[in-house]
This record gives sequence, structure tokens and C-alpha cells, in this order.
Amino acid sequence: MPKITYIEHDGTSHEIEADVGTTVMNAALDNLVPGIDADCGGECSCATCHVMIDAAWTDAVGQPNETEESMLDLNPESQENSRLSCQIRVSEELDGLVVNLPEFQF
Amino acid sequence: MSEPNLLRMIDCDPADIPLDQIDVSQRELWSENVKWDFFKRLRDEAPVHYCKESEVGPYWSVTRFADIMEVENNWQVFSSDPTIVIDDPDEDFELPMFIAMDPPTHSDQRKTVQGVVAPANLKVLESTIRQRVQSILDSLPIGETFNWVDLVSIELTTQMLATLFDFPFEDRRKLTRWSDVATGGPETGVVESEEQRRAELYECLDYFTRLWKEREGHEGAFDLVSMLANGEATKDMSAQEFLGNLVLLIVGGNDTTRNSISGGVLALNENPGEYAKLRNDPTVIPNMVSEIIRWVTPLAHMRRTARSDYRLGGQQIMAGDKVVMWYVSGNRDERSIDNPDQFIIDRPRARQHLSFGFGVHRCMGNRLAEMQLRILWEEIQRRFHMIEVVGDPVRIPSNFVHGFAELPVRLHSH
Repeated sequence: MPKITYIEHDGTSHEIEADVGTTVMNAALDNLVPGIDADCGGECSCATCHVMIDAAWTDAVGQPNETEESMLDLNPESQENSRLSCQIRVSEELDGLVVNLPEFQF
Repeated sequence: MSEPNLLRMIDCDPADIPLDQIDVSQRELWSENVKWDFFKRLRDEAPVHYCKESEVGPYWSVTRFADIMEVENNWQVFSSDPTIVIDDPDEDFELPMFIAMDPPTHSDQRKTVQGVVAPANLKVLESTIRQRVQSILDSLPIGETFNWVDLVSIELTTQMLATLFDFPFEDRRKLTRWSDVATGGPETGVVESEEQRRAELYECLDYFTRLWKEREGHEGAFDLVSMLANGEATKDMSAQEFLGNLVLLIVGGNDTTRNSISGGVLALNENPGEYAKLRNDPTVIPNMVSEIIRWVTPLAHMRRTARSDYRLGGQQIMAGDKVVMWYVSGNRDERSIDNPDQFIIDRPRARQHLSFGFGVHRCMGNRLAEMQLRILWEEIQRRFHMIEVVGDPVRIPSNFVHGFAELPVRLHSH
């Protein structure tokens, strides 16, 4: 199973194993990683599963689509490498993925 | 109130009435709090429902959680322009505001002001909020009956709003009045005539225009008036657009959390087992806050206008149609929420409710609302064994602002 590492704003790191096909958001929720609220349940309709992709992984993860872009655009914490984790599907290619969590979800 | 040729819902049995006659917009259903069975019938039998005749004209009702999400997520088809409420705007008194616009203008204006309620700023505001909550609660009479809505719900949200606007504190009840006037026409009894309503809103505009002029050039000042006066996307607004956005921010920050504060007290009284849970374990408060916001659903609906034909839930919506998303119904949809008719303060996935809306128009003050409610309940639990509801609540006769005018209570200390 692919491994994913979530790093909290204060530096606390959580490495978990995720099923192929789930999302980076659900993998966090299933493994009780704190810092992801997921208010809309994975519909790309809030922005409370916001993560920042580690520089080494931005190409592999890819870019947000238009809908996701419009949600990220309204998030004051949003950065160049921001993604909504509900829109990132876990695959073998993402084994080792590292994402950073923002200080606040909004 | 309803026109004479329209069937009065309050006289009908929700189980028997022909589906095509159901009109959930009628105010009496809301003041008497009897809309629930009508919504359940719609969810079960006509989840995307057309009401062809009503006081507000023809409209579609969307009542299931998943269908509401589909509308929320498609702003290209379901436009917020010209308004987000079921009543059509007055042609001679338009109030442009960013909630009633589509991207990109919506997003540019919203980004100008949302920093004030973004979490980074809330961290700064937390101690101010706590002090204000403490002093309001410490001023309450113990063992006497009083109206919780007035002394706590209105007072707290109004103080908060005055802080965000950096509004003269001694005049803060003007904000409450303008909020009530903005959402309540003559039919609700808030004002006597439409002329009076407009006159009061212009008084609001004059007051804020004065503040705006004083604050022009104060770039970097962290209050909503300075942000609007100096923001690139907002500094050249017309007077009417300034008034529209003031109304948006005043109502958004006032009428909503006010009713979650009142409704939470009522819900805990109606569910003594849940009140006991809260007493035993105050760490449940953050989760309870989400459940209160779901349970109360302080804004009952949001309206969209179809830009093009669209098929939703097997029904054909036509370009130009009015489409109403009933959050109040989606938050009771058993297809998406387990035991939705039960108030459960430690409910799993409590954050997944519709009260803040979803998509690009999602409530920008949601974190502030949650913080106010969290601090309020933390401080209540330190002081009082129980806030006892001792009489019937008086509900607001509105299908938009879903809440309370009066809630008689008595406090019991520990």
C-alpha cells in the first residue's frame, strides 16, 4: 500500500498507509490524522481539506481543475502548491507522497 | 397574508394535500413551525418540486442534500444574480452585493473583506470575544425570567459585529435594527411601510458613508469599512452597492449566529439527555456547535436563477426559473444524515451539514460563528447548571431567517 506523510503546521509528522483508489483526504480521516475537516465530505465544495504538496511531488500530483481552482482562489491560506486533498486519488505512483497541512482550514 | 386564491398550507394536512399544491414558502408555516412534514413529503415524493403559484411567483424547491450539493456546485448554470432569496428584488430599489453576484466579480469583492473573518485574524479576536461573552453572562439575572434572544443572542452578535466594523460601540443597536429592517418588510411587522424600510436603510448608508470617508486612505486598517473603502475591487462602488454589501455583512454577521445561540438553548432543553452529556463532558462543545448549526439551520434557504435548461433529479428546469435550495430540509435528509431528526451533540461527522452552504458562496464567516458559539458555551458551562426555557418561543415569520424573536428563560447557577 502506498505510504503518505502528512506534516502538521507545528512540524508533527504522520506517516500512514493508504488504499489505492481512496483520496488523500479520506486516507487522513481514516487514519485520524488531525487538521483536515472535510466539511463537504469530498465534493470539492468547501476548502477544508486544503494541503500544500511537498516540492518533490507537485508534478506527480498534478494541477487542480477549474472547480478546485475556484475554491482554492477564495482561501486566504492558499499557496502555489495548494491542493484540495479530496481531489487527489491515491495510486502506486504516489507512494511516498508528502503533504503539508495549513495552520488553519477555512 | 397569502393571496385569497391560494390554498393556505396551515389549514392542510401535509400527508393528504396534492403534491402540486404544496407551497412551503408561506410564512405561517414558519411562524408556527409546522413546515417539517411538508418538507419530508417533498423529499420522499417530489425532491425537485415545482410550485406554480405562490405569493412569490413560481419556483422550484430542491429538498434533498445531494441535489442541493449539485446546485451549489454549478454556479455556471445556477446563478446568484440577481438575488439569493426567494422574493424577487424591487426593481426600483436594487441592492447589489457580492453574495448576489457570480464569479469573477463576486470573488474579487469577497476577497477584499474576507480576511477579517479568516482564521488568522480570529486568533487575534478570540480574547476580545471571550471578555465580551463573560461580561454579558455576568450581567444576567439569576432566577428571574428574561428574554434570552434580547439579552444574550442579539447583544453578543451585535457586539461582535460592532467590533468587526469598528463601529461606534454605544450606537451598536443600530446595527441590530438595520439587520432586522433589511430582512423584514412590512408583512413581518418590523416596519410599517416599504417607504419606512427604505428610509431606515438610507440612514444606515449615511452613517456608514461618514465612517467610509473618515477611513479613506487608512490602508491596512483591519476593519470591514476600511477594507471596503480601500480595497481595489470595492473602493469605487456606487452608494447603492456599498449599501448592498453593508446589508450583506450586517445580516450575515447578525441574524445567523443570533439564532444559533437561541436555538441551541432550546434544543438542549428539548433533549435533556443531551444537556446531561454536555454537563458531563464539556470537551464535546466544538462538536456540539456544529450540531447546533445543523439543527437550527439559521438561514432556511438560498435561491438561484437558472441560466440555462438543466435536468435535476429527473425534472426539467428551464432557463430563467427560480430554484430554491432548502437547507432546512437537506439538513433533515435521512439519505445523507443518520437519524437527522435527532439532536445529538456528539454526532459523528457533525461538520457535514448544509447551513453554511457549499461552493464559491460558502459562508465566509463560518469560523467566526463557530468560535463565538464555542466560547459562549464554554463560559455558560462554567457559570450555570442550566438555562431553563420557561415558556414558548416566538418564531420569526420568515422563510429565510429561521429563528427566534423571543425565548423566555431562567438561569440556574451551579
